[in-house]
Amino acid sequence: MAPFFQVVRRDLRLALRQGGSGTLVVIFFVLTVTLFPLGIGPEPMILARIASGVIWVAALLAAMLSLDRLFQADFEDGSLELLALSPMSLEMTVLAKTIAHWLTTGVPLIIASPLLALLLGFDSGGYGVLLLAMVLGTPALSFVGGIGAALTVSIRRGGVLVSLLVLPLYIPILIFGVSAVEASVTGLGARPQLLILAALFLFSGVLAPIASAAALRLNLE
Amino acid sequence: MSLHKFANPARFVRLSSPLLPWLWISTALLLGVGLVLALFVAPADYQQGESVRIMYVHVPAAWMSMFVYSVMAVASAVALVWRHPLADLTAKASAPIGAAFTVLALATGSLWGQPMWGTWWVWDARLTSVLVLLFLYLGYMALWQAFDDPQKAGRATAVLTLVGAINVPIIKFSVDWWNTLHQPATVSSLSGPSLPASMLIPLLLMAVGFMTFFSALLIIRIQREIIARKIRTLQMLQANPEAAAVTAASAEPS
Repeated sequence: MAPFFQVVRRDLRLALRQGGSGTLVVIFFVLTVTLFPLGIGPEPMILARIASGVIWVAALLAAMLSLDRLFQADFEDGSLELLALSPMSLEMTVLAKTIAHWLTTGVPLIIASPLLALLLGFDSGGYGVLLLAMVLGTPALSFVGGIGAALTVSIRRGGVLVSLLVLPLYIPILIFGVSAVEASVTGLGARPQLLILAALFLFSGVLAPIASAAALRLNLE
Repeated sequence: MSLHKFANPARFVRLSSPLLPWLWISTALLLGVGLVLALFVAPADYQQGESVRIMYVHVPAAWMSMFVYSVMAVASAVALVWRHPLADLTAKASAPIGAAFTVLALATGSLWGQPMWGTWWVWDARLTSVLVLLFLYLGYMALWQAFDDPQKAGRATAVLTLVGAINVPIIKFSVDWWNTLHQPATVSSLSGPSLPASMLIPLLLMAVGFMTFFSALLIIRIQREIIARKIRTLQMLQANPEAAAVTAASAEPS
């Protein structure tokens, strides 16, 4: 397990020393959410109604935009090839890198989401479930998005392509993330949705690294 | 990439070419008879009137949109496991046809929805999941275009198709679930499972006709792909004569 944590630590250190990565994602997240009141109008009733959906969609887009940092830099400077040659399987390397990616981009999104919920006048009863749903959902976003990032790692200007590949796969996470929050606000109890989100998280955590590693391998040839 | 890899595809061309005329004839017959039965013989629905006849195009197109994706998924799995060059080509050649069937299903559904539900589009579970399926097709084609090397493109798109194939049921389930939360059972009365034979026969004829049409198009597109790859190989060899000499020498004994 030591090499695994080495990779996680290395990616975290790189992200911290480069600076700004997580901050930029959060700024994008906040900015996107800010556009909604401007576009829809400042009526508190409407904003409170759409708050959970807006936050989830913005989190989805922010997570997607941060995907290019997952493998791109390591691919370009060649360190990804060295990582692929190391005794640890590429699947585990991908898992480690994805976890580091989630820690530097997903966690800031989770921390920022209650603040945005407050700005949109979100029902105070739903904060706990919103946070819990984000905690379960954002790692799944990183795992599933990792497949798109790995597939397009050797393609220049792959950003738009990644969105076309990844966003359809994000739909289940969006649906259950939003409906968990809605269910808790309307008093129905969010347990089934949260369980499904947890299932999506675990399922993607097991299978996505395999697909991502396969995609990286063909790009490294 | 050397020419001996095309030994197998060459056999495919030899075997599939005689099939083509038969596929075209059966397509013409099935679609011709099916359309006549559907448009003139089959009874109008007592509720929906004449507009029910859109069903005979809409339902087969919707079936095909899913069927073609499963063809691509199987072909991609074969391509990844056995590196069979034809499997790659099958998946690649299927994608635009599948996308076209999906667009046809969405367009006819929309035309049908206007007189029936009074709106061109509803965020119904079925419509939404077919729309997502269209995006999966488009993503597949875009990913293929993004690679220069057809071998890499083939493997990358195969990975994508398999990921999509695992995800399609999840997306379908989640969309169904999402929709039932918002508006329960608005359109589930569309097609009762027990159709009278006068409607079922033209529907099945059309469906089989769509299938033979797809097979004919697929064969033509695969043959075209094989020729395009041969041209590409020859061009690469021409551009690099030394490699050509080496390949020719290594290809000699085999």
